[in-house]
Amino acid sequence: MKAEVKELPQDIMELQMGPSHPATHGTIKFNLKLDGEKVVDCDTEVGYLHRGFDKSSEQGTWTQVIPYTDRLNYVSPLINNVGYALAVERLLGVETTPRCQFIRVVASEISRITDHLTCCGMSASELGAVTAGFYMIEAREMLMRIVEALTGARLTVTYVRIGGLKHDLTESFAAQVKDAFAKTRRLLADCEKLLSRNRIFIDRMSNVGVISKETALSYGLTGPILRSTGVNYDVRKSQPYLVYDQMDFTVPLGSHGDNYDRFIVRVEEIEQSMRIVEQALEKMPTGPISIEDPRIVLPDKEKVYNSIEGLMHHFKIIMEGVQVPPGEVYQAVEGGNGELGFYLVSDGGGKPYRVRVRPPCFIAMGAFREMIKGYTVADIVPTFGMINMIGGECDR
Amino acid sequence: MVEETSQLDEIRRKLGEAVLDGQTVRGEDAIVLRRDGLVESFRRMKEDAALAFDFLSDITAVDYLGKKEPRFEVVYHLLSLGSGRRVRIKVPVAESAPEVDSLVSLWRAADWLEREVWDMFGIRFRGHPDLRRILLYEEFRGYPLRKDYPVNQRQPLVPERPLAGTFVDTRSDNKLIQLKQQLEQQKLAGADSKRG
Repeated sequence: MKAEVKELPQDIMELQMGPSHPATHGTIKFNLKLDGEKVVDCDTEVGYLHRGFDKSSEQGTWTQVIPYTDRLNYVSPLINNVGYALAVERLLGVETTPRCQFIRVVASEISRITDHLTCCGMSASELGAVTAGFYMIEAREMLMRIVEALTGARLTVTYVRIGGLKHDLTESFAAQVKDAFAKTRRLLADCEKLLSRNRIFIDRMSNVGVISKETALSYGLTGPILRSTGVNYDVRKSQPYLVYDQMDFTVPLGSHGDNYDRFIVRVEEIEQSMRIVEQALEKMPTGPISIEDPRIVLPDKEKVYNSIEGLMHHFKIIMEGVQVPPGEVYQAVEGGNGELGFYLVSDGGGKPYRVRVRPPCFIAMGAFREMIKGYTVADIVPTFGMINMIGGECDR
Repeated sequence: MVEETSQLDEIRRKLGEAVLDGQTVRGEDAIVLRRDGLVESFRRMKEDAALAFDFLSDITAVDYLGKKEPRFEVVYHLLSLGSGRRVRIKVPVAESAPEVDSLVSLWRAADWLEREVWDMFGIRFRGHPDLRRILLYEEFRGYPLRKDYPVNQRQPLVPERPLAGTFVDTRSDNKLIQLKQQLEQQKLAGADSKRG
Protein backbone atom coordinates (compact mmCIF):
# COMPACT_ATOMS: atom_id res chain seq x y z
CA MET A 1 0.00 0.00 0.00
CA LYS A 2 1.35 3.34 -1.01
CA ALA A 3 1.56 5.85 1.76
CA GLU A 4 -0.20 9.02 0.91
CA VAL A 5 2.19 11.92 1.32
CA LYS A 6 0.34 15.06 2.26
CA GLU A 7 2.00 18.39 1.92
CA LEU A 8 2.08 20.39 5.08
CA PRO A 9 0.28 23.71 4.78
CA GLN A 10 2.74 26.57 4.62
CA ASP A 11 0.54 29.61 4.45
CA ILE A 12 -0.15 31.93 7.34
CA MET A 13 -2.70 30.57 9.76
CA GLU A 14 -5.15 32.84 11.54
CA LEU A 15 -5.96 31.88 15.07
CA GLN A 16 -8.21 33.57 17.58
CA MET A 17 -6.92 33.23 21.12
CA GLY A 18 -9.47 34.19 23.74
CA PRO A 19 -11.62 35.92 24.89
CA SER A 20 -12.11 32.89 27.08
CA HIS A 21 -8.71 31.36 27.58
CA PRO A 22 -7.06 30.37 30.86
CA ALA A 23 -4.10 32.67 30.22
CA THR A 24 -6.12 35.71 29.27
CA HIS A 25 -7.40 36.02 32.85
CA GLY A 26 -10.60 37.69 32.06
CA THR A 27 -11.49 38.92 28.73
CA ILE A 28 -9.25 39.82 25.87
CA LYS A 29 -8.85 38.39 22.42
CA PHE A 30 -5.74 38.02 20.32
CA ASN A 31 -6.32 37.68 16.60
CA LEU A 32 -3.09 35.98 15.68
CA LYS A 33 -1.44 35.44 12.35
CA LEU A 34 0.88 32.49 12.73
CA ASP A 35 3.67 31.13 10.64
CA GLY A 36 3.94 27.73 12.27
CA GLU A 37 4.53 28.55 15.92
CA LYS A 38 5.77 32.04 15.21
CA VAL A 39 3.55 35.08 15.72
CA VAL A 40 3.64 37.16 12.56
CA ASP A 41 1.00 39.62 13.64
CA CYS A 42 -1.26 40.07 16.61
CA ASP A 43 -4.34 42.24 16.64
CA THR A 44 -5.48 42.71 20.22
CA GLU A 45 -9.18 43.13 20.87
CA VAL A 46 -10.12 44.76 24.14
CA GLY A 47 -13.37 46.10 25.47
CA TYR A 48 -15.13 42.96 26.69
CA LEU A 49 -15.37 44.46 30.17
CA HIS A 50 -16.40 47.93 29.04
CA ARG A 51 -19.11 49.21 31.35
CA GLY A 52 -19.03 52.93 30.68
CA PHE A 53 -16.99 54.21 33.61
CA ASP A 54 -16.72 57.70 32.12
CA LYS A 55 -20.43 57.97 31.33
CA SER A 56 -21.54 56.52 34.66
CA SER A 57 -19.27 58.94 36.51
CA GLU A 58 -21.03 61.88 34.88
CA GLN A 59 -24.38 60.77 36.31
CA GLY A 60 -23.78 61.01 40.05
CA THR A 61 -22.04 63.32 42.47
CA TRP A 62 -18.27 63.66 42.82
CA THR A 63 -18.31 61.34 45.84
CA GLN A 64 -20.30 58.69 44.03
CA VAL A 65 -17.45 58.17 41.57
CA ILE A 66 -15.22 56.69 44.29
CA PRO A 67 -16.87 53.23 44.26
CA TYR A 68 -16.46 53.15 40.48
CA THR A 69 -12.74 53.81 40.83
CA ASP A 70 -12.42 50.68 43.00
CA ARG A 71 -13.46 48.70 40.00
CA LEU A 72 -10.80 50.08 37.68
CA ASN A 73 -7.67 48.26 38.72
CA TYR A 74 -9.26 45.90 41.19
CA VAL A 75 -6.00 44.35 42.34
CA SER A 76 -4.82 47.72 43.67
CA PRO A 77 -8.06 49.63 44.29
CA LEU A 78 -6.67 51.91 47.00
CA ILE A 79 -4.32 53.61 44.55
CA ASN A 80 -7.27 54.44 42.29
CA ASN A 81 -9.18 55.87 45.26
CA VAL A 82 -6.21 58.01 46.24
CA GLY A 83 -5.60 59.25 42.68
CA TYR A 84 -9.19 60.30 42.18
CA ALA A 85 -9.46 61.98 45.58
CA LEU A 86 -6.23 63.90 44.97
CA ALA A 87 -7.53 65.14 41.64
CA VAL A 88 -10.81 66.37 43.14
CA GLU A 89 -8.96 68.00 46.04
CA ARG A 90 -6.77 69.89 43.60
CA LEU A 91 -9.88 71.13 41.82
CA LEU A 92 -11.26 72.24 45.18
CA GLY A 93 -7.95 73.80 46.11
CA VAL A 94 -7.63 71.98 49.42
CA GLU A 95 -4.97 69.75 50.91
CA THR A 96 -5.69 66.95 53.34
CA THR A 97 -4.30 66.63 56.85
CA PRO A 98 -0.78 65.24 57.39
CA ARG A 99 -2.08 62.08 59.02
CA CYS A 100 -4.41 61.44 56.11
CA GLN A 101 -1.52 61.87 53.66
CA PHE A 102 0.58 59.32 55.51
CA ILE A 103 -2.29 56.84 55.72
CA ARG A 104 -2.91 57.28 52.00
CA VAL A 105 0.73 56.49 51.29
CA VAL A 106 0.54 53.37 53.47
CA ALA A 107 -2.67 52.25 51.78
CA SER A 108 -1.28 52.90 48.28
CA GLU A 109 1.89 50.97 48.96
CA ILE A 110 0.09 47.98 50.46
CA SER A 111 -2.10 48.01 47.37
CA ARG A 112 0.96 48.15 45.13
CA ILE A 113 2.40 45.11 46.88
CA THR A 114 -0.81 43.14 46.34
CA ASP A 115 -0.77 44.24 42.71
CA HIS A 116 2.77 43.03 42.12
CA LEU A 117 2.20 39.83 44.07
CA THR A 118 -0.85 39.04 41.97
CA CYS A 119 0.97 39.76 38.74
CA CYS A 120 4.13 37.80 39.60
CA GLY A 121 2.29 34.96 41.30
CA MET A 122 -0.19 34.38 38.52
CA SER A 123 2.47 34.64 35.83
CA ALA A 124 4.63 32.13 37.67
CA SER A 125 1.83 29.64 38.09
CA GLU A 126 0.85 30.01 34.44
CA LEU A 127 4.38 28.94 33.57
CA GLY A 128 4.00 25.86 35.73
CA ALA A 129 5.57 27.21 38.91
CA VAL A 130 2.39 26.66 40.87
CA THR A 131 4.18 26.40 44.21
CA ALA A 132 5.81 29.81 43.89
CA GLY A 133 2.52 31.15 42.61
CA PHE A 134 0.70 29.99 45.70
CA TYR A 135 3.42 31.33 48.00
CA MET A 136 2.86 34.75 46.49
CA ILE A 137 -0.89 34.42 46.71
CA GLU A 138 -0.48 33.47 50.36
CA ALA A 139 1.51 36.65 50.96
CA ARG A 140 -1.12 38.63 49.12
CA GLU A 141 -3.82 37.04 51.21
CA MET A 142 -2.18 38.27 54.42
CA LEU A 143 -2.08 41.80 53.07
CA MET A 144 -5.62 41.51 51.80
CA ARG A 145 -6.69 40.64 55.33
CA ILE A 146 -5.08 43.86 56.54
CA VAL A 147 -6.88 45.79 53.82
CA GLU A 148 -10.09 44.09 54.84
CA ALA A 149 -9.59 44.99 58.49
CA LEU A 150 -8.85 48.57 57.46
CA THR A 151 -11.56 49.18 54.90
CA GLY A 152 -14.15 46.48 55.37
CA ALA A 153 -13.67 44.96 51.94
CA ARG A 154 -11.01 43.08 50.05
CA LEU A 155 -11.30 44.63 46.62
CA THR A 156 -14.15 47.09 46.52
CA VAL A 157 -12.68 49.17 49.30
CA THR A 158 -14.07 52.71 48.78
CA TYR A 159 -11.81 53.82 51.61
CA VAL A 160 -10.69 57.28 50.56
CA ARG A 161 -13.03 60.26 50.69
CA ILE A 162 -12.72 63.67 49.12
CA GLY A 163 -10.78 65.62 51.73
CA GLY A 164 -9.99 62.67 53.94
CA LEU A 165 -10.61 59.04 54.68
CA LYS A 166 -13.54 56.88 55.67
CA HIS A 167 -12.01 56.16 59.09
CA ASP A 168 -8.72 55.98 60.92
CA LEU A 169 -6.26 53.09 61.10
CA THR A 170 -7.19 50.30 63.44
CA GLU A 171 -5.25 50.14 66.71
CA SER A 172 -3.47 46.93 65.84
CA PHE A 173 -2.70 48.06 62.28
CA ALA A 174 1.04 48.63 62.71
CA ALA A 175 1.48 45.32 64.51
CA GLN A 176 -0.50 43.47 61.84
CA VAL A 177 1.59 45.04 59.08
CA LYS A 178 4.82 44.18 60.85
CA ASP A 179 3.76 40.59 61.22
CA ALA A 180 2.53 40.32 57.62
CA PHE A 181 5.68 41.91 56.19
CA ALA A 182 7.92 39.53 58.11
CA LYS A 183 6.00 36.59 56.64
CA THR A 184 5.91 38.17 53.19
CA ARG A 185 9.66 38.64 53.22
CA ARG A 186 10.13 34.98 54.16
CA LEU A 187 7.78 33.86 51.40
CA LEU A 188 9.49 36.10 48.86
CA ALA A 189 12.87 34.68 49.85
CA ASP A 190 11.46 31.23 49.12
CA CYS A 191 10.08 32.44 45.81
CA GLU A 192 13.46 33.91 44.98
CA LYS A 193 14.98 30.45 45.42
CA LEU A 194 12.19 28.83 43.45
CA LEU A 195 12.02 31.27 40.57
CA SER A 196 14.75 33.80 40.09
CA ARG A 197 17.40 31.21 39.28
CA ASN A 198 15.06 28.53 38.02
CA ARG A 199 16.23 27.30 34.62
CA ILE A 200 12.75 26.71 33.19
CA PHE A 201 11.45 30.03 34.47
CA ILE A 202 14.40 31.96 33.08
CA ASP A 203 14.14 30.20 29.73
CA ARG A 204 10.52 31.19 29.44
CA MET A 205 10.98 34.78 30.64
CA SER A 206 14.41 35.92 29.60
CA ASN A 207 14.74 37.56 26.17
CA VAL A 208 11.04 37.19 25.57
CA GLY A 209 8.75 40.10 24.85
CA VAL A 210 11.70 42.43 24.47
CA ILE A 211 10.93 46.08 23.83
CA SER A 212 13.54 48.75 23.32
CA LYS A 213 13.74 51.95 25.31
CA GLU A 214 12.78 54.13 22.34
CA THR A 215 9.83 51.96 21.33
CA ALA A 216 8.58 51.80 24.90
CA LEU A 217 8.65 55.60 25.17
CA SER A 218 6.96 56.01 21.82
CA TYR A 219 4.17 53.70 22.95
CA GLY A 220 3.71 55.70 26.13
CA LEU A 221 4.53 52.75 28.39
CA THR A 222 5.01 53.50 32.07
CA GLY A 223 5.50 51.57 35.28
CA PRO A 224 7.47 48.32 35.56
CA ILE A 225 7.43 47.75 31.80
CA LEU A 226 9.13 51.08 31.08
CA ARG A 227 11.51 50.69 34.01
CA SER A 228 12.52 47.24 32.79
CA THR A 229 14.04 48.97 29.76
CA GLY A 230 16.14 51.18 32.03
CA VAL A 231 14.16 54.42 31.84
CA ASN A 232 14.02 55.97 35.27
CA TYR A 233 10.48 57.28 35.34
CA ASP A 234 8.33 56.90 38.42
CA VAL A 235 5.60 59.45 39.15
CA ARG A 236 6.43 59.18 42.87
CA LYS A 237 9.93 60.51 42.17
CA SER A 238 9.32 62.63 39.09
CA GLN A 239 6.33 64.61 40.37
CA PRO A 240 6.04 63.69 44.05
CA TYR A 241 2.54 63.77 45.51
CA LEU A 242 1.34 63.20 49.08
CA VAL A 243 4.44 62.70 51.26
CA TYR A 244 6.53 60.58 48.91
CA ASP A 245 9.26 63.22 48.92
CA GLN A 246 9.82 62.45 52.62
CA MET A 247 10.26 58.72 51.99
CA ASP A 248 13.54 57.03 51.34
CA PHE A 249 13.17 54.51 48.54
CA THR A 250 14.83 53.63 45.28
CA VAL A 251 13.32 52.93 41.88
CA PRO A 252 14.50 49.52 40.65
CA LEU A 253 15.52 49.53 37.01
CA GLY A 254 16.04 46.77 34.48
CA SER A 255 18.21 46.86 31.41
CA HIS A 256 16.96 44.37 28.80
CA GLY A 257 13.30 45.29 28.61
CA ASP A 258 12.29 41.63 28.60
CA ASN A 259 9.83 39.71 30.75
CA TYR A 260 12.45 38.57 33.22
CA ASP A 261 13.49 42.16 33.93
CA ARG A 262 9.85 43.14 34.38
CA PHE A 263 9.48 40.33 36.88
CA ILE A 264 12.59 41.35 38.80
CA VAL A 265 11.57 45.01 38.78
CA ARG A 266 8.20 44.10 40.26
CA VAL A 267 9.71 41.85 42.95
CA GLU A 268 12.19 44.58 43.88
CA GLU A 269 9.40 47.12 44.03
CA ILE A 270 7.61 44.97 46.58
CA GLU A 271 10.60 45.35 48.91
CA GLN A 272 10.75 49.11 48.26
CA SER A 273 7.03 49.47 48.96
CA MET A 274 7.44 47.60 52.23
CA ARG A 275 10.20 50.03 53.18
CA ILE A 276 7.91 52.97 52.41
CA VAL A 277 5.11 51.51 54.53
CA GLU A 278 7.48 50.94 57.45
CA GLN A 279 8.84 54.48 57.24
CA ALA A 280 5.37 55.97 56.95
CA LEU A 281 4.11 54.01 59.95
CA GLU A 282 7.10 55.17 61.94
CA LYS A 283 6.66 58.83 61.03
CA MET A 284 2.86 58.68 61.24
CA PRO A 285 1.67 61.97 62.77
CA THR A 286 -1.35 62.17 65.01
CA GLY A 287 -4.29 64.38 64.31
CA PRO A 288 -7.50 64.35 62.31
CA ILE A 289 -7.85 62.15 59.23
CA SER A 290 -10.07 64.58 57.34
CA ILE A 291 -10.08 68.29 56.75
CA GLU A 292 -12.45 70.40 58.80
CA ASP A 293 -14.69 71.73 56.09
CA PRO A 294 -18.38 70.86 56.31
CA ARG A 295 -18.86 71.73 52.63
CA ILE A 296 -16.48 68.93 51.61
CA VAL A 297 -16.41 66.31 54.35
CA LEU A 298 -19.48 64.73 55.92
CA PRO A 299 -19.94 65.78 59.56
CA ASP A 300 -19.84 63.25 62.41
CA LYS A 301 -23.05 61.36 62.98
CA GLU A 302 -23.32 62.89 66.42
CA LYS A 303 -23.54 66.35 64.87
CA VAL A 304 -25.97 65.17 62.21
CA TYR A 305 -28.43 63.85 64.74
CA ASN A 306 -28.04 66.59 67.32
CA SER A 307 -27.65 69.88 65.47
CA ILE A 308 -29.46 71.54 62.61
CA GLU A 309 -26.18 72.68 60.98
CA GLY A 310 -24.81 69.15 61.02
CA LEU A 311 -27.99 67.78 59.47
CA MET A 312 -27.98 70.52 56.84
CA HIS A 313 -24.37 69.90 55.83
CA HIS A 314 -25.00 66.17 55.64
CA PHE A 315 -28.10 66.73 53.50
CA LYS A 316 -26.29 69.14 51.17
CA ILE A 317 -23.38 66.80 50.52
CA ILE A 318 -25.56 63.73 50.03
CA MET A 319 -28.24 65.37 47.88
CA GLU A 320 -26.32 68.02 45.95
CA GLY A 321 -22.79 66.73 46.19
CA VAL A 322 -19.58 68.54 46.98
CA GLN A 323 -19.63 71.82 45.07
CA VAL A 324 -16.51 71.89 42.92
CA PRO A 325 -15.52 75.14 41.20
CA PRO A 326 -15.31 75.11 37.39
CA GLY A 327 -12.00 74.06 35.91
CA GLU A 328 -9.98 71.09 34.91
CA VAL A 329 -7.13 69.14 36.39
CA TYR A 330 -4.84 66.25 35.51
CA GLN A 331 -3.49 64.33 38.46
CA ALA A 332 -1.12 61.44 37.93
CA VAL A 333 -0.23 58.86 40.54
CA GLU A 334 2.00 55.83 40.25
CA GLY A 335 -0.34 52.88 39.95
CA GLY A 336 0.71 49.26 40.12
CA ASN A 337 1.04 49.17 36.34
CA GLY A 338 2.30 52.68 35.70
CA GLU A 339 1.10 56.23 35.47
CA LEU A 340 -2.52 56.35 36.49
CA GLY A 341 -3.88 59.74 35.51
CA PHE A 342 -7.19 61.35 36.33
CA TYR A 343 -8.33 64.18 34.07
CA LEU A 344 -11.37 65.86 35.58
CA VAL A 345 -13.47 68.65 34.16
CA SER A 346 -15.92 70.49 36.37
CA ASP A 347 -18.56 72.92 35.18
CA GLY A 348 -19.10 74.10 38.73
CA GLY A 349 -21.55 71.93 40.57
CA GLY A 350 -22.12 68.72 42.42
CA LYS A 351 -21.57 66.47 39.43
CA PRO A 352 -18.43 65.87 37.39
CA TYR A 353 -18.66 67.11 33.80
CA ARG A 354 -16.05 64.70 32.53
CA VAL A 355 -14.01 62.01 34.27
CA ARG A 356 -11.21 60.54 32.24
CA VAL A 357 -8.77 57.91 33.44
CA ARG A 358 -5.45 57.36 31.79
CA PRO A 359 -5.29 53.60 32.16
CA PRO A 360 -1.69 52.34 32.17
CA CYS A 361 -2.51 48.81 31.08
CA PHE A 362 -4.72 49.90 28.18
CA ILE A 363 -1.74 51.74 26.79
CA ALA A 364 0.53 48.77 27.50
CA MET A 365 -1.85 46.50 25.60
CA GLY A 366 -1.48 48.87 22.66
CA ALA A 367 2.18 47.93 22.57
CA PHE A 368 1.51 44.20 22.89
CA ARG A 369 1.76 43.62 19.14
CA GLU A 370 5.23 45.14 19.21
CA MET A 371 6.27 42.96 22.16
CA ILE A 372 5.07 39.64 20.80
CA LYS A 373 5.90 39.89 17.09
CA GLY A 374 8.48 37.29 16.17
CA TYR A 375 8.00 35.19 19.29
CA THR A 376 6.03 31.98 19.61
CA VAL A 377 2.46 31.38 20.71
CA ALA A 378 3.69 30.03 24.05
CA ASP A 379 5.48 33.34 24.70
CA ILE A 380 2.16 35.15 24.71
CA VAL A 381 1.43 33.76 28.17
CA PRO A 382 4.40 35.25 30.10
CA THR A 383 4.42 38.48 28.04
CA PHE A 384 0.74 39.08 28.62
CA GLY A 385 1.15 38.04 32.24
CA MET A 386 3.85 40.59 32.91
CA ILE A 387 1.76 43.41 31.43
CA ASN A 388 -0.72 42.57 34.18
CA MET A 389 -3.70 43.66 32.16
CA ILE A 390 -6.64 44.26 34.47
CA GLY A 391 -9.89 44.22 32.54
CA GLY A 392 -11.58 46.73 34.80
CA GLU A 393 -8.93 49.33 34.13
CA CYS A 394 -8.19 48.50 30.50
CA ASP A 395 -11.80 48.46 29.33
CA ARG A 396 -13.38 50.80 31.90
CA MET B 1 4.99 79.75 39.42
CA VAL B 2 7.50 82.01 37.67
CA GLU B 3 9.11 79.08 35.97
CA GLU B 4 5.76 77.76 34.78
CA THR B 5 4.81 81.04 33.17
CA SER B 6 8.12 81.08 31.37
CA GLN B 7 7.31 77.63 30.01
CA LEU B 8 4.12 79.05 28.50
CA ASP B 9 6.06 81.98 27.03
CA GLU B 10 8.56 79.58 25.55
CA ILE B 11 5.77 77.57 23.90
CA ARG B 12 4.18 80.77 22.55
CA ARG B 13 7.51 81.91 21.18
CA LYS B 14 8.25 78.60 19.48
CA LEU B 15 4.80 77.89 18.07
CA GLY B 16 3.83 81.47 17.25
CA GLU B 17 0.54 81.76 15.41
CA ALA B 18 -0.59 78.22 16.24
CA VAL B 19 -1.24 79.08 19.89
CA LEU B 20 -4.73 80.52 20.30
CA ASP B 21 -4.70 80.83 24.07
CA GLY B 22 -2.59 79.80 27.02
CA GLN B 23 -2.95 80.03 30.76
CA THR B 24 -1.73 78.56 34.01
CA VAL B 25 -4.43 77.43 36.38
CA ARG B 26 -3.73 75.51 39.61
CA GLY B 27 -0.10 75.21 38.57
CA GLU B 28 -0.98 73.46 35.32
CA ASP B 29 -0.15 74.93 31.94
CA ALA B 30 -2.85 74.62 29.33
CA ILE B 31 -2.67 75.92 25.80
CA VAL B 32 -5.21 75.96 23.02
CA LEU B 33 -3.80 75.10 19.63
CA ARG B 34 -5.07 75.80 16.15
CA ARG B 35 -6.33 72.68 14.41
CA ASP B 36 -4.46 73.36 11.17
CA GLY B 37 -0.85 72.28 11.13
CA LEU B 38 -1.34 70.27 14.32
CA VAL B 39 1.27 67.63 13.55
CA GLU B 40 3.86 70.32 12.87
CA SER B 41 3.07 72.05 16.17
CA PHE B 42 3.40 68.78 18.09
CA ARG B 43 6.59 67.93 16.28
CA ARG B 44 8.06 71.21 17.50
CA MET B 45 6.86 70.54 21.04
CA LYS B 46 8.52 67.16 20.91
CA GLU B 47 11.77 67.93 19.16
CA ASP B 48 12.61 71.44 20.29
CA ALA B 49 15.40 71.16 22.82
CA ALA B 50 14.00 73.82 25.16
CA LEU B 51 10.47 72.37 25.24
CA ALA B 52 11.31 68.65 24.93
CA PHE B 53 7.82 67.32 25.55
CA ASP B 54 8.91 63.89 24.44
CA PHE B 55 6.26 61.74 26.11
CA LEU B 56 2.60 61.56 25.13
CA SER B 57 0.67 60.72 28.28
CA ASP B 58 -2.89 60.83 27.16
CA ILE B 59 -5.37 61.80 24.47
CA THR B 60 -9.01 62.31 25.23
CA ALA B 61 -11.85 64.64 24.32
CA VAL B 62 -14.55 66.65 26.03
CA ASP B 63 -17.97 67.44 24.61
CA TYR B 64 -19.09 70.96 25.55
CA LEU B 65 -22.54 70.68 24.01
CA GLY B 66 -24.36 73.98 24.45
CA LYS B 67 -21.57 75.38 26.63
CA LYS B 68 -18.87 76.25 24.18
CA GLU B 69 -18.49 76.77 20.50
CA PRO B 70 -16.89 74.81 18.80
CA ARG B 71 -18.45 71.86 20.50
CA PHE B 72 -15.56 69.42 21.02
CA GLU B 73 -12.13 69.76 22.46
CA VAL B 74 -9.50 67.11 21.90
CA VAL B 75 -7.22 67.15 24.94
CA TYR B 76 -3.60 66.00 24.86
CA HIS B 77 -1.36 65.62 27.89
CA LEU B 78 2.33 65.84 27.21
CA LEU B 79 5.17 65.21 29.61
CA SER B 80 8.82 66.13 29.48
CA LEU B 81 10.49 63.04 30.93
CA GLY B 82 13.73 64.78 31.79
CA SER B 83 12.22 67.48 33.98
CA GLY B 84 8.79 66.09 34.86
CA ARG B 85 7.04 69.18 33.40
CA ARG B 86 3.57 68.67 32.00
CA VAL B 87 1.45 70.61 29.58
CA ARG B 88 -2.14 70.20 28.49
CA ILE B 89 -2.97 70.96 24.89
CA LYS B 90 -6.52 71.52 23.77
CA VAL B 91 -7.65 71.58 20.18
CA PRO B 92 -11.16 72.88 19.47
CA VAL B 93 -13.07 70.82 16.93
CA ALA B 94 -16.37 71.85 15.39
CA GLU B 95 -19.33 69.50 15.21
CA SER B 96 -19.70 70.12 11.47
CA ALA B 97 -16.26 68.67 10.72
CA PRO B 98 -15.18 66.45 13.60
CA GLU B 99 -11.68 65.78 12.33
CA VAL B 100 -8.14 66.35 13.53
CA ASP B 101 -4.78 65.18 12.28
CA SER B 102 -3.44 61.97 13.73
CA LEU B 103 -0.26 61.96 15.80
CA VAL B 104 0.63 58.32 15.09
CA SER B 105 3.63 59.49 13.07
CA LEU B 106 5.07 61.12 16.21
CA TRP B 107 4.03 58.74 18.99
CA ARG B 108 2.83 55.17 18.57
CA ALA B 109 0.79 55.62 21.76
CA ALA B 110 -1.57 57.78 19.71
CA ASP B 111 -2.77 54.70 17.84
CA TRP B 112 -5.02 53.23 20.54
CA LEU B 113 -5.76 56.52 22.28
CA GLU B 114 -7.09 58.06 19.06
CA ARG B 115 -9.10 54.96 18.34
CA GLU B 116 -10.74 55.35 21.73
CA VAL B 117 -11.61 59.00 21.06
CA TRP B 118 -13.11 57.99 17.71
CA ASP B 119 -15.03 55.22 19.43
CA MET B 120 -16.45 57.40 22.20
CA PHE B 121 -16.82 60.81 20.54
CA GLY B 122 -16.89 60.15 16.81
CA ILE B 123 -13.97 62.46 16.13
CA ARG B 124 -12.00 61.27 13.11
CA PHE B 125 -8.22 61.33 13.01
CA ARG B 126 -6.86 62.08 9.56
CA GLY B 127 -3.99 59.83 8.62
CA HIS B 128 -4.63 57.24 11.32
CA PRO B 129 -3.56 53.85 9.94
CA ASP B 130 -6.38 51.79 11.44
CA LEU B 131 -9.25 53.87 12.78
CA ARG B 132 -11.66 51.26 14.13
CA ARG B 133 -13.77 51.16 17.25
CA ILE B 134 -11.77 49.76 20.13
CA LEU B 135 -13.80 49.32 23.31
CA LEU B 136 -17.15 48.96 21.58
CA TYR B 137 -18.12 46.79 18.61
CA GLU B 138 -18.32 47.82 14.98
CA GLU B 139 -22.13 47.63 14.87
CA PHE B 140 -22.56 50.07 17.79
CA ARG B 141 -24.68 53.07 16.83
CA GLY B 142 -23.76 56.51 18.06
CA TYR B 143 -20.93 57.82 20.19
CA PRO B 144 -21.66 57.22 23.87
CA LEU B 145 -19.56 59.92 25.52
CA ARG B 146 -21.24 62.70 23.57
CA LYS B 147 -23.51 64.64 25.85
CA ASP B 148 -26.52 64.09 23.60
CA TYR B 149 -26.20 60.31 23.87
CA PRO B 150 -28.73 59.28 26.54
CA VAL B 151 -27.24 57.21 29.32
CA ASN B 152 -30.03 54.62 29.10
CA GLN B 153 -29.94 54.33 25.30
CA ARG B 154 -30.53 50.78 24.07
CA GLN B 155 -28.66 49.31 21.15
CA PRO B 156 -30.20 47.19 18.40
CA LEU B 157 -29.47 43.48 18.43
CA VAL B 158 -26.55 42.63 16.22
CA PRO B 159 -27.22 39.84 13.74
CA GLU B 160 -24.91 36.88 14.00
CA ARG B 161 -21.81 37.35 11.96
CA PRO B 162 -21.51 35.05 8.94
CA LEU B 163 -19.42 31.95 9.31
CA ALA B 164 -17.75 32.41 5.95
CA GLY B 165 -14.04 32.10 6.22
CA THR B 166 -14.19 30.37 9.58
CA PHE B 167 -12.03 27.31 9.51
CA VAL B 168 -13.98 24.23 10.47
CA ASP B 169 -12.09 21.08 11.24
CA THR B 170 -14.34 18.32 9.99
CA ARG B 171 -12.67 15.90 12.37
CA SER B 172 -13.60 18.03 15.33
CA ASP B 173 -16.72 17.36 17.31
CA ASN B 174 -17.97 20.90 16.99
CA LYS B 175 -21.26 19.66 15.63
CA LEU B 176 -22.96 23.01 16.02
CA ILE B 177 -20.71 24.77 13.55
CA GLN B 178 -20.88 21.84 11.14
CA LEU B 179 -24.65 21.87 11.34
CA LYS B 180 -24.85 25.60 10.76
CA GLN B 181 -22.63 25.35 7.72
CA GLN B 182 -24.75 22.55 6.31
CA LEU B 183 -27.88 24.64 6.80
CA GLU B 184 -26.19 27.59 5.17
CA GLN B 185 -25.29 25.49 2.15
CA GLN B 186 -28.80 24.08 1.92
CA LYS B 187 -30.21 27.57 2.01
CA LEU B 188 -27.89 28.67 -0.76
CA ALA B 189 -28.80 25.64 -2.83
CA GLY B 190 -32.50 26.33 -2.25
CA ALA B 191 -32.13 29.92 -3.38
CA ASP B 192 -30.36 28.81 -6.53
CA SER B 193 -33.06 26.31 -7.44
CA LYS B 194 -35.78 28.94 -6.99
CA ARG B 195 -33.95 31.30 -9.25
CA GLY B 196 -33.52 28.58 -11.86
